[in-house]
Amino acid sequence: MLIKTNANGFHHETASDITSPSTYQGRRNLIKLMATGAAGAALASWAGRQAMAETSASGFAKPGKLAALAGGKSAVAGAVTMEKTTDYKDVTSYNNFYEFGTDKADPGKNAHTLVTKPWSVAIEGLVKQPKSYTLEDLIKLAPQEERIYRLRCVEGWSMVIPWVGYSLSELIKKVEPLGSAKYVEFVTLADPKTMPFVGSRVLEWPYVEALRMDEAMHPLALLSFGMYGEVLPNQSGAPVRMVLPWKYGFKSGKSIVKIRFTDKEPKTAWNKAAASEYGFYSNVNPNVDHPRWSQSTERRIGEDGLFAKKRKTLMFNGYEAQVGQLYAGMDLKKNF
Amino acid sequence: MSVNKLLLRPAVKPLLFLLCLLPILWLVYRVATNGAGANPQEYLIRATGDWTLRFICMVLAVTPLRTLANWPALARLRRMLGLFVYFYVLLHLLSYSWFDMGFDVADIAKDIAKRPFILVGFAGFVLLTPLAATSFNAAIKAMGAKRWQLLHKLVYVISGLGLLHFFWMRAGKNNFAEVFVYAAIMAVLLGWRVRQYLVKKKAAAQQIRARAAI
Repeated sequence: MLIKTNANGFHHETASDITSPSTYQGRRNLIKLMATGAAGAALASWAGRQAMAETSASGFAKPGKLAALAGGKSAVAGAVTMEKTTDYKDVTSYNNFYEFGTDKADPGKNAHTLVTKPWSVAIEGLVKQPKSYTLEDLIKLAPQEERIYRLRCVEGWSMVIPWVGYSLSELIKKVEPLGSAKYVEFVTLADPKTMPFVGSRVLEWPYVEALRMDEAMHPLALLSFGMYGEVLPNQSGAPVRMVLPWKYGFKSGKSIVKIRFTDKEPKTAWNKAAASEYGFYSNVNPNVDHPRWSQSTERRIGEDGLFAKKRKTLMFNGYEAQVGQLYAGMDLKKNF
Repeated sequence: MSVNKLLLRPAVKPLLFLLCLLPILWLVYRVATNGAGANPQEYLIRATGDWTLRFICMVLAVTPLRTLANWPALARLRRMLGLFVYFYVLLHLLSYSWFDMGFDVADIAKDIAKRPFILVGFAGFVLLTPLAATSFNAAIKAMGAKRWQLLHKLVYVISGLGLLHFFWMRAGKNNFAEVFVYAAIMAVLLGWRVRQYLVKKKAAAQQIRARAAI
């Protein structure tokens, strides 16, 4: 028999079990549910934009300080970690951005002099058509996604940050690099007029970082324009930066003004400063120590208060499943 | 009332004791009120290191100051200042061992071997310990003044080790401004002693010549 009764275990709902009208009609909750894709992909992007009004795709409130930048759900494997995001206050007051000073608090205090409008990124080198993109054109080049990445600094601390951006590969495909292009180089702005510490001897300026072409084409390599549902704050590398979650943080160049395709491995900033300590790849690797300190543990900023134990650092910062194959067969102690 | 008479008053020592505790109270307050930034562990490790260096400078300043200003009573405060050097270095070592190393003795041993600036800092702490341990009157009596003074001249080596520790720690970012400030202060305070020694030597040599001429 298809019709069930109490006798075969059917439990008829009592009045108190019935969902109240206000809850049923709770539009916000419904939208949030839909925004996470639970109700079907067709509604997700619409619901995502509605939800963006107050919260981001993963449901936390925007800091409310800068212009909004909405990011939709990402389909990239490994793009969204479930870990607790770091407080916006900590993310924006504890930075390494030496163009604005070498203390952690300096960029937060000094980066207000950075001018981010107008901004353009020049595409140069071994590409079919070298050109310059305005920031507005770059933002529109591909759908913005929200990516919640771990960021591990070489110094031994880490954060979890919800970035907004799209895979660098989208830009690379559009600019059509030549077959001879083996590396992608990113150059940060180095304007002594608006960046007071450009000229200090700790690094060579402009700050240069680079990737092997297959690393740059990996879906996790993020060209980022925002965080926490808003545009990037100056101290975090406004208005456009790289985020490479499986590498030490200094590889993720900030405030990018040029992307150059080349056939020779570029000399990157920290490698030039101390080649024995900072290699081209700088993949997060707990088994390969920095010459002056161990890389086996890290402090997750904001976690569990003053007496929180340090965490074990993960191979490729926990992205081994996604990026491990890029380095198959490589000696990671030599190619650090 | 002269400064020297003031320094002799009984209330001075407890007052100085409280003043010397202010830095750690201030640090605890900042951490408790989330005013220590995103990385309070790092803040505590570094701040206790800063205060160790500052108290070393204060201790080194006692003898030149009391000689130049003619405040012999300042000497009775030096032991307390010295013990506070040890207090802050203990907090510094405790912060590092706990927050950075989770009290893992094996890890700490590896760190000392791997990082020259940790080695140098640890050496400074090891040398400071017998100074703290012989700071009380019975120890001075047991050792005798001459031997005690010789042991406590180790403070000069300890100052150098502390400065080197700080210098090497800052070297990675070429961030030497503060290091130079401490170096300058110590150069003045230790340089004064070198000058005193040379002046005394010259005076003694002159005395010998004067006697020989008679």
